[in-house]
Amino acid sequence: MAKRILIDPVTRIEGHARISIHLDDDGRVADAEFHVVEFRGFEKFCEGRPMSEMPGITPRICGICPVSHLLASARAGDDILAVQIPAAADKLRRLMNLGQIIQSHALSFFHLSAPDMLMGWDAPPEQRNVFGLVASHSDLARAGIRLRRFGQEVIEILGGRKIHPAWAVPGGVRSPLTPEGQKQIKSWIPEAFSTTRLALDLFKQILDKNNNEMVWFGNFPSLFLGLVGPDGSWEHHGGKLRFSDSQGRVIADQLDPRHYAEWIGESSNSNSYLKSPYYLPLGIHGGMYRVGPLARLNVCERMGVPKADEELRQFKQLGKGAVTSSFLYHYARLIEMLAAVEFIQAYLDDADLFSTHLRADAGINNLHGVGASEAPRGTLFHDYTVDENGVLTKVNMIIATGQNNLAMNKTVAQIARHYIHGPEIPEPMLNRIEHGIRCYDPCLSCSTHAIGQMPLSIELLDVRGQVLDEVTRG
Amino acid sequence: MSFLDLDEFLLELAPQVCMVFSPIMDVKKYPANVDLCLVEGAICNEDHLEMAKTIRCHTKFVVAFGDCAITGNVSAIRNQLGLGGRENVLQRAYVEAAQLNQCVPSMRGIVPPLLERVLPLHEVIPVDFFLTGCPPHPNKIRSFLCQWLAGDNPRLEGLDLKMG
Ligand code: SF4
Repeated sequence: MAKRILIDPVTRIEGHARISIHLDDDGRVADAEFHVVEFRGFEKFCEGRPMSEMPGITPRICGICPVSHLLASARAGDDILAVQIPAAADKLRRLMNLGQIIQSHALSFFHLSAPDMLMGWDAPPEQRNVFGLVASHSDLARAGIRLRRFGQEVIEILGGRKIHPAWAVPGGVRSPLTPEGQKQIKSWIPEAFSTTRLALDLFKQILDKNNNEMVWFGNFPSLFLGLVGPDGSWEHHGGKLRFSDSQGRVIADQLDPRHYAEWIGESSNSNSYLKSPYYLPLGIHGGMYRVGPLARLNVCERMGVPKADEELRQFKQLGKGAVTSSFLYHYARLIEMLAAVEFIQAYLDDADLFSTHLRADAGINNLHGVGASEAPRGTLFHDYTVDENGVLTKVNMIIATGQNNLAMNKTVAQIARHYIHGPEIPEPMLNRIEHGIRCYDPCLSCSTHAIGQMPLSIELLDVRGQVLDEVTRG
Repeated sequence: MSFLDLDEFLLELAPQVCMVFSPIMDVKKYPANVDLCLVEGAICNEDHLEMAKTIRCHTKFVVAFGDCAITGNVSAIRNQLGLGGRENVLQRAYVEAAQLNQCVPSMRGIVPPLLERVLPLHEVIPVDFFLTGCPPHPNKIRSFLCQWLAGDNPRLEGLDLKMG
């Protein structure tokens, strides 16, 4: 009998989601879908509020990457004021974004994904988590917890708090780095290098043992999107958009994020609160693209710092053209952490960071502004329309995770097809399917502008989409 | 997730408690006989409502963790749109701001319907303790946990009472 399996909730990701898997009459996987079940409605309820409040409100979309919203929102504000912010403010924002990349990537790798890779896909579910890791690999767990803490402290040192700092504002930032702050960040650098190195070495061993995962966890052609510098180097704040394909060819380059709507379309789905963005010129069928660490490493030509550049060279050898396996998001994340530590180290002696000239003042000069920034999970867009008093009349946000929606759906289907045969579905197989989602480190709070944790359900559907059976993981 | 900002205190905590249910764990069903539950976020949809009731049934001490759970906070801004507001917010996100397949997600049993109004936790179940902050500062979480673990009736003082 054809069936639908429901995994509910999907765990070890941020936000709420379900997965359904459709089996045909022979018990083979016909299709699988990823559903996001949270919604908060930021776009609508921000209307009528002053634009200057947005850097305070939008970070509340998410407790993991509030800094990304803060920065994208401030940038959209810069655009509305029509100012070029002081160079010092730009450098400080970059510094904070690097801290954000480290803390978020460390969380994804050590706290959420490492338990699968180190304790094994078949480890008992009640142990497969960061507390289990503390028991089985205590030194590694401690190092990972501390690396995340380093990223969070960079944010706190600049913005006064770890989560939701009210620091970046339209026109610049509120305060500079202090000499004590500089000293404190510096003291972390050696440890941060050694932990990222440890994680990279570990991942390379994991890769040798998980060849299957590399082949089957979301390995397919797609486009990739990320910000790049003028010379095609890795970029995380500022820069222009680049789309490239799975052969590694650049198909659109140096696009002004302000005109994102010419390149990105969004499709709604009746079965998910997560919309599916696609590359508009190719339509929804040919226009699937991925964002985030894997995409950023695929679109860029160099990282711009020596240690990470060496890693990038090795990484690129894993693909013909582009690296197409989503399992390698983990790898890309570690390389980005390494780059972030190198960049932080390189920035720290810049005297500009102590400047008190940090804000460009202006009135409302443009009635429309767009801010883009690379969040840990991918390119984030905030798009505001205001009236002449700066009151918002329309808001649109394209969130990193959403842009991976088509790819996440394809990934769960691919893993399900490979690992599920027949109606009996052992728990470790379900865990692999969930891990397919964890590769993208989705933040579903952000993507649907919701908040909370994330359940995942798997359901089995028959050929006509009728629910015949539902297995909720418990 | 601000819970994870306890950093190394997590390592100290690990042997003293038995974590049984969390988004960072793979247990899918809320277990019975739970001593303490920290509930984050406001009650926005039918799933949340059901979950809150399940938690109350099976938990001795329920904490509203953070300003969303305590007041609705940013999640509740949509309430000001009044009745019909949920159509409004959904309309903007999925119809006006979509180029393709403009429809409000509605698949029964898959996407939980939104509640008319976003509610704080204590409006739907009795709450034993309120831990303020957006998010609560790690020191505050720590001080609460230490008191609770010591068997005391937890009390917050001074700066620890601050919202926001
Ligand atoms: S951090 Fe703030 S916005 Fe986020 S759940 Fe907690 S109280 Fe709500």
